[in-house]
Amino acid sequence: MADLAIQGKAKSMNAESDSKAIAALNLDNVSISYSDTPAVKNVSCRFLRKKITSIIGPSGCGKSTLLRSLNRMNDFIDGVSLEGRIMFGEEDLYGPDVDSVEVRRRIGMVFQKPNPFPKSIYNNIAWGPSINGYEDSMDELVERSLKQAALWEEVKDRLHDSALNLSGGQQQRLCIARALAMEPEILLMDEPCSALDPISTAHIEDLMFELKTRYTIIIVTHNMQQASRISDYTAFMELGHLIEFGDTEQVFTKPGKKRTEEYVTGRFG
Amino acid sequence: MSLISEKDRQKLIKRKRIAFLFSKLCALITWTSVLLLAVLLYQVSSDGFGWVDWQFLSSFPSRFPERAGIKSAIVGTLWLIGLVALISIPVGVSSALYLEEFAKPGKLNKFIEVNISNLAGVPSIVYGILGLAIFVRFFALERSLLSGALTMSLLILPVIIIASREAIRSVPMSIRYAAFSLGATRWQTTWAHVLPASFPGIMTGVILALSRAIGETAPLIMIGALTFVAFLPAGPMDSFTAMPIQIYNWVSRPQQEFHDLAAAGIIVLLIVLLLMNATAIYIRNKTEKRLK
Ligand SMILES: Nc1ncnc2c1ncn2[C@@H]1O[C@H](COP(=O)(O)OP(=O)(O)O)[C@@H](O)[C@H]1O
Ligand SMILES: [Mg+2]
Repeated sequence: MADLAIQGKAKSMNAESDSKAIAALNLDNVSISYSDTPAVKNVSCRFLRKKITSIIGPSGCGKSTLLRSLNRMNDFIDGVSLEGRIMFGEEDLYGPDVDSVEVRRRIGMVFQKPNPFPKSIYNNIAWGPSINGYEDSMDELVERSLKQAALWEEVKDRLHDSALNLSGGQQQRLCIARALAMEPEILLMDEPCSALDPISTAHIEDLMFELKTRYTIIIVTHNMQQASRISDYTAFMELGHLIEFGDTEQVFTKPGKKRTEEYVTGRFG
Repeated sequence: MSLISEKDRQKLIKRKRIAFLFSKLCALITWTSVLLLAVLLYQVSSDGFGWVDWQFLSSFPSRFPERAGIKSAIVGTLWLIGLVALISIPVGVSSALYLEEFAKPGKLNKFIEVNISNLAGVPSIVYGILGLAIFVRFFALERSLLSGALTMSLLILPVIIIASREAIRSVPMSIRYAAFSLGATRWQTTWAHVLPASFPGIMTGVILALSRAIGETAPLIMIGALTFVAFLPAGPMDSFTAMPIQIYNWVSRPQQEFHDLAAAGIIVLLIVLLLMNATAIYIRNKTEKRLK
């Protein structure tokens, strides 16, 4: 009973903040193709500030493609073209005078496979801020970022060891710390736990709860439980279309579309 | 009891026998070439070893074999290789970086790639003719060290570019993406991550290429490096000789003593080559370890 009451309250708070919340990213009829093969089709939605939004859907439905378009990482893939508009606050992300390097400074990304630089733990974190002219104490920034990523205790005595000696889960948290050190406004994560064991996964999920007080997080995940546990909003995609977008609770308990229901209850996909 | 049928067992035995014979054949071929090399080295050292002494290393060439030395050729070769390294490494590595990291992949890039591979197969005498026409005559650099170094650089550039591209290409894309996602420019990514990660591979290519340059004779003869040099070059515009030319000169004389001198020269050339390679491999291993 108490649970229900709390849920109800949380929900009304959600609804309240929804109406006046500012969208961190606003997608308007976005379509993305790889050399004329469409991968994302006519997607419109809003990713809200300081919320976690999950993107779920079967393999190949365009989740990664959509996510990469949000910080212009698609620019590095040949033959990608984008139609429609993505507004980042007041700016058009693909506007003619937008600097894509600047975009990536402000919208960070964590990849599916941990990809630390073949350098020391310390330098993994310090490199991004240093090339962007960070001037305060680097030691403090490294410590703060590692603490935020819940890795500090494990590595504080070997900051100058190679990052490649860390376990997979530690490497992924290092990659998160590296992204956080840039103090991005939005953090994009593409199946960050898919290569990890359950304990590391739990670590990273805890971490996301901590982070959402400060960051807008958009996460692609294959794991339905994970989506329902951690996210405020859930987007369900299929064959390039955004089928449903809504409150996580609603998407998982009272999905508006039949396909969504079939997917979240595991009857396909 | 057997896990497989008699027929399969027979087949398996036959396959194993073929594998065994093939590996023996490969070993035989390998050891034959090693043996040939050993015989060659033995021959050279038995002829020339008695001649390698301080007098030989510190004297200029002479009409009298017992007074002749290889000093000017050693100094000439060191100058030449130094200049070649200074010219070809920056040019070769930046070409490779440009082609791999900055140029748009496409028909033109493919065309350039194919032609660089073709250039690597062009006989060295052709580079000699080119060097003679361009550097010696057109740019009027005369028969100088610089002409020789520029010609040699042209000769080994394809090898450096091909090896460097290979090394750069083997750096995983995920490293580049990690850097880009932190708001790094293409140049920052290349300089801080791609280049260091491909450094050991680039070094290997450079070592091979410079080793080739140290032994090349034809292009130097073509551009007119001297064969009898009784002075040391003091700068890149001086005329010069190099070890392979000196050796070639000695071999072509009728007296047996000069042939032995040539063998001594070969020993010195091999030692210089080994020293150079050892240094380069040492540097490479050191950086490789630091990266790991
Ligand atoms: N680099 C690429 N080049 C061409 N097609 C691609 C590329 N990456 C993805 N695709 C195609 O785009 C579609 C969506 O892929 P993706 O966004 O990776 O899906 P998801 O992340 O949901 O599994 C797939 O059909 C895939 O084959
Ligand atoms: Mg994906």
